Amino acid sequence: MSLLEVEGLHAAYGPVRVLQGLDFSVEQGRKAAVLGPNGAGKTTILRALSGMVNARGRVEFDGQSLVGKPTAEIARRGVAHVPEGRGTFGSLTVEENLRLGAYVRSDGEEVRKDLHQVYGWFPRLGERQGQAAGSLSGGEQQMLAVARALMLRPRLLMLDEPSLGIAPIIGKELFRALGEICDEHGMTVLLVEQNAGLALDFADHAYVLESGRIALSGEADQIKGDDDVRRSYMGY
Amino acid sequence: MERFVQVLVDGIATGSIYAAVALALVLIFRSTGIVNFAQGEMAMFSTFVAWGLYEAGVPLGFAVLSTLVLSFLAGMAIERTLIRHFEGGEVLTLVIVTLGLFILLNGLAGWIWGFENRAFPSLFPDDAVDVVGVRLSVESLGIVAVLLGVVGLLFLLFQRTKIGLAMRAAALNPESSALVGVRVGTMLMLGWGLAAALGALAGVLVAPRLFLDVNLMGSVLIYAFAAAALGGFDSALGAVVGGWVIGVSENLAGTYVDFIGADLKILVPLGIIFVVLLVRPAGLFGTREVARA
Repeated sequence: MSLLEVEGLHAAYGPVRVLQGLDFSVEQGRKAAVLGPNGAGKTTILRALSGMVNARGRVEFDGQSLVGKPTAEIARRGVAHVPEGRGTFGSLTVEENLRLGAYVRSDGEEVRKDLHQVYGWFPRLGERQGQAAGSLSGGEQQMLAVARALMLRPRLLMLDEPSLGIAPIIGKELFRALGEICDEHGMTVLLVEQNAGLALDFADHAYVLESGRIALSGEADQIKGDDDVRRSYMGY
Repeated sequence: MERFVQVLVDGIATGSIYAAVALALVLIFRSTGIVNFAQGEMAMFSTFVAWGLYEAGVPLGFAVLSTLVLSFLAGMAIERTLIRHFEGGEVLTLVIVTLGLFILLNGLAGWIWGFENRAFPSLFPDDAVDVVGVRLSVESLGIVAVLLGVVGLLFLLFQRTKIGLAMRAAALNPESSALVGVRVGTMLMLGWGLAAALGALAGVLVAPRLFLDVNLMGSVLIYAFAAAALGGFDSALGAVVGGWVIGVSENLAGTYVDFIGADLKILVPLGIIFVVLLVRPAGLFGTREVARA
């Protein structure tokens, strides 16, 4: 059974309908990517799943419905969402940001271990643990946002365009680290990303979104190898 | 010299009361962006509750403690039932809502307890102690000690506990806070509860020095606003320092500058604030968020 099952997902900002009946699913322990151009509704998918925009349809996470639940309650079920624009707490320190990531956990000892673990994965964050998050570079802030989500020990990790606005080399580096971490821990991931190259290297399965509908679905390798698909949907 | 130290300590004591109310204002402003004009009347109402309990035979210390707890709960209830509907709305709307609460509480207190002056007993013995050769009033020292204790507790709460961290996070970025599982509404409620309890504390500290009536906190609130503005409206440290600067400067000027006396002494701190805000519009300790593009 899939960890996340979405059927007929609709979402709108006022009268503007952004998602028009999406069906997709993410299997336990797999990494799914949603690709598509700007304005296709990628961010809205994640915001709908997190309860940040009103959504209609069926969203089942581990057999329980998420539709209509408040954002904080969805996070408490183990859904970590790294939002577009990172959403770090600029005037809090790096370490405080990470501790907030583990806010809903009550296993203090394990949280401390995870903190060490995260500093191991992202040494730059360790070097800057006492620094205000707002003083970090864009790439470091993105690392911090991802690391904060990992501190939840999420059952589902949702990433919104982690490569956006950071140097390509750092984006690549971030995805490489993330791939290793996810494989090591068998983490389930839902990634939305405009950079199809990065996303297809990272993900197992991919969906292509076009004007609020899933236009195409398949294994990442398959889509990567299909020249026609690449040309029509990804423009490279 | 002895006289000078006495005036100084009394100033710090008065300033500590302003600081407590200013801290309450800062707490609410930081978490919800609301300047709570009803803060003083909430404190006055709480003080009447403490007085009522005391009159009914409850020992003073216990009456005050119960009042702090009740005020905490009432502050949370006010946020949940009234303020919640207007959060994130127009600033003017919020100003009117808190002014409405001001008038409501003032009228309600008059309706329940009447408009005459009441004597409120002091928490501290009417005595003086020798501190390195200077006679200082126990009450003044007690007030300063209480404020320092409260500031210490607040510091521990916000800097050393998980819930304090979550409260700061909710104030900074509600959306990201919800994404890590922080129940933002609960944090705002806690903030209002804390502010109400702090105000109540200021009320029972100031009431013995004045008379308890429905206008108890009128002038205190103005000084507290001044203290918060001087320190920077988003800075807890600023609220305390601001309160002290105002308390000390008005006391010193009122005592030592003949033509100022008791009537004009408020002009001195206001003059200082005017100059400080000209130079530093964000206040002494007001911060701007660190950001790097």
